[in-house]
Amino acid sequence: MTGSLITLAVIVVLAIFVFSLYNGLVGARNAVRNAWSQIDVQLKRRHDLIPNLIETVKGYMQHERQTLEAVTAARTAAMSATGPAEAGKSEGMLTAALKSLFAVSEAYPDLKANQNFLSLQEELTSTENKVAFSRQAYNDATMLYNNKVEMVPTNIIASMFNFEKSEFFEIEVPEERAVPKVDFTT
Amino acid sequence: MWELIRANQRRSAMLVIIMAALLFVVGYAAAEITVGPGAGPIGLLIAFAIWTTLSLVGFFQGKTLFMQVAGAHKISKEDHPRLFNIVEEMKIAAQLPAMPDIYIIDDPSPNAFATGRKPEVSAVAVTTGLLAKLNRDELQGVIAHELGHIKNRDVLFMTMIGVMLGAIVLIAELTTRFLFYGGMRRRTSNGGGQAQIFIVLIGLVLIILAPILARIIYLAVSRKREYLADASAAIYTRYPEGLAGALEKISGSKEKMKRTDKVTAPMYIINPLQKLSATGLFATHPPIDKRIKILRGIGNGAGFAQYDEMYRSVSGSNSSIIPASALAEQPAVAPPSPTTGTGAVPLAAAAMVAAAGISAPATAPEADTKINRSRDATNAIWRSRNYRFISCPCGATLKIPPDYTKADVFCLRCKRLHRVASA
Repeated sequence: MTGSLITLAVIVVLAIFVFSLYNGLVGARNAVRNAWSQIDVQLKRRHDLIPNLIETVKGYMQHERQTLEAVTAARTAAMSATGPAEAGKSEGMLTAALKSLFAVSEAYPDLKANQNFLSLQEELTSTENKVAFSRQAYNDATMLYNNKVEMVPTNIIASMFNFEKSEFFEIEVPEERAVPKVDFTT
Repeated sequence: MWELIRANQRRSAMLVIIMAALLFVVGYAAAEITVGPGAGPIGLLIAFAIWTTLSLVGFFQGKTLFMQVAGAHKISKEDHPRLFNIVEEMKIAAQLPAMPDIYIIDDPSPNAFATGRKPEVSAVAVTTGLLAKLNRDELQGVIAHELGHIKNRDVLFMTMIGVMLGAIVLIAELTTRFLFYGGMRRRTSNGGGQAQIFIVLIGLVLIILAPILARIIYLAVSRKREYLADASAAIYTRYPEGLAGALEKISGSKEKMKRTDKVTAPMYIINPLQKLSATGLFATHPPIDKRIKILRGIGNGAGFAQYDEMYRSVSGSNSSIIPASALAEQPAVAPPSPTTGTGAVPLAAAAMVAAAGISAPATAPEADTKINRSRDATNAIWRSRNYRFISCPCGATLKIPPDYTKADVFCLRCKRLHRVASA
C-alpha cells in the first residue's frame, strides 16, 4: 500500500517537473515568435515609407537615378524575402541603399531644406533604430530559447517534442562590422 | 530580465513590510502618548486609515496628479516626432507591453522622470531644456533610463514606500505638535505610575526616530533603483555612453527647475533639489560622477554582469548592486568588435549604425543643432496647447493662440497679411 503510494507520488512529482519544463520551452518559443512579429511590423513600416521618400526626392535628384533605382530594387527584394536568414540579407541591402541615398542627398541643399524630406529622414532613421532594437529583443529571446533547447534537462523534452532551434536574425552589411564613428561635438 | 524583476519584487515586498511595521508602531505609540494608555489600537486604526487614504490617492491619481504638479503637457507624435520616435524605440528595446504617454515640461533646466503604476499604464516626462541640450543618442539614454524605471516597476514601489514615509512623517509631526500645545498639561494632571512614564518615553523616542529611519530606508532604496535603471538603460541601448554623456550635461547645467518639491524630487533622473556635493545617507540619487564612471567603464558590452563588475570596482566594495539570479539569467552580451562572428553579438554595432550611421552624418551637422532642438521643444509645447502654426515666406513662423478670434494676422517681421483660417 505505502509502496504504491510512494510510486504514485514520485510519478506525480516527475510529471509536474516534466510539464513545467515543457511549458518553459513553449513560453520561450512563443517569446521568440512574438519578437519576430515585432520585427516584421517595423520592416513593413520601413517598406511603406520608402515610396514616399522616393516621391519626395525624385524631383530634386534627377541625376541620381541609379541610387534611387537601387533603393527601389532593394525594397522589392526585401518585401519578398522569407525567413530570418533571407530577410536579414535583403534588409541589409536595403539599409546600405538608403544610406547611400542619404549620403548623396548631402549634395542637394534644396532637398535638405525640404520639411517633408527632413521628417521622412527622421522617420526612416527611427524605423531603422526600431528594426535594430526589435532585432535585439528577438535575438535575446532566441538565445534564451536555444539555450533551453540545448541545455540539460530541457534538451530531453525538446528532442521528444520536436522543439527546433531558432535562427538568429542578422543583418548582413559589411560596414556594420566596422566600428562606427559617433559624433559627440554637439 | 524577468529574473531581475522577480528578485526586485521579493526584496521590495520585504521593505514594504518593514515600512508598514514601522508605520503601525508609530501609530500605536502616537496614540499611547497623546491620548493615554490603552489607546494604542485606536492609533493603529488611524495609522491604517491615513495610509489607505494616501495610497488610494497615490494609486488612482498618481499619473495625472503628478503630471499636474510638475506642470507637464501631454504631446502627440506630431508635436515632437523625434521624442516620440525615441520613446517608441526604447519601448521596443525594453519590450514594454504598451506605449507610455509622453509629456513635456516647459523648463530650461534639463531633467526627466517616469511615472505609472504598471508597465501597461505609464508616462514619461522631459523638460524642454533636456530636449534642447541633448543629442539623439543622449536623449535615447535618458529615455531608456526612465523606461527602465517603468519596466522594473520602480514607480509603483517608490510610490508605495513614499506614501508610507509620508504617513509616518505626518503622524510623527502631529504627535509632536500635540505634545507641544496641549498634551503636556493634560498628562501632568493625570499623574500615573512609573511604568506609564516609561512607555511614554519609549513612544517619544520612537516618534522622533521613526521618520528618520523611514527616510533612510526610502532613500537607500531610491539610490539602488537609480543604479538598476542605469544598468537597464545600458542594456536597452547597448550604448552606455549615451546616458553617460547625458548625465554629464545634465549635472553640468546651471539652471534650476522652476516647479519642484520634496515629494516629486526623487522621481527625476537627477534630483532637482539636491546639490551636486550632497551624497551619502540622505541623498535620493547616487553621486552622478560615480554613475557616469560606471557607465563609461562598461564600454559597449552592456549587460548586468558588466555593470555589476564596474559598480564594485568604482565603489570599491564587494557587495553587488544586481541580484545574483539576474546575473545568471541575462544573456551574455559581448562588446561589438569588427571581427565578431555569428550569434547574437553584433546587435550593439547594428543599433549604433542605425543611430549614428544614418542619423549622425545626415542630420547632425545642420538640423541637429542646439538652437533647432530647443525650437522643436518649445514648438511641441505650443502645439500641445493647440496653437496654430503659419509659416511666412519671409522665413518666420507665426504661432497663433487657440483663442485668437480675428480672421487675419500680420507677420511680425515682414508685415505680410496671413489668413488664420488657412492654418
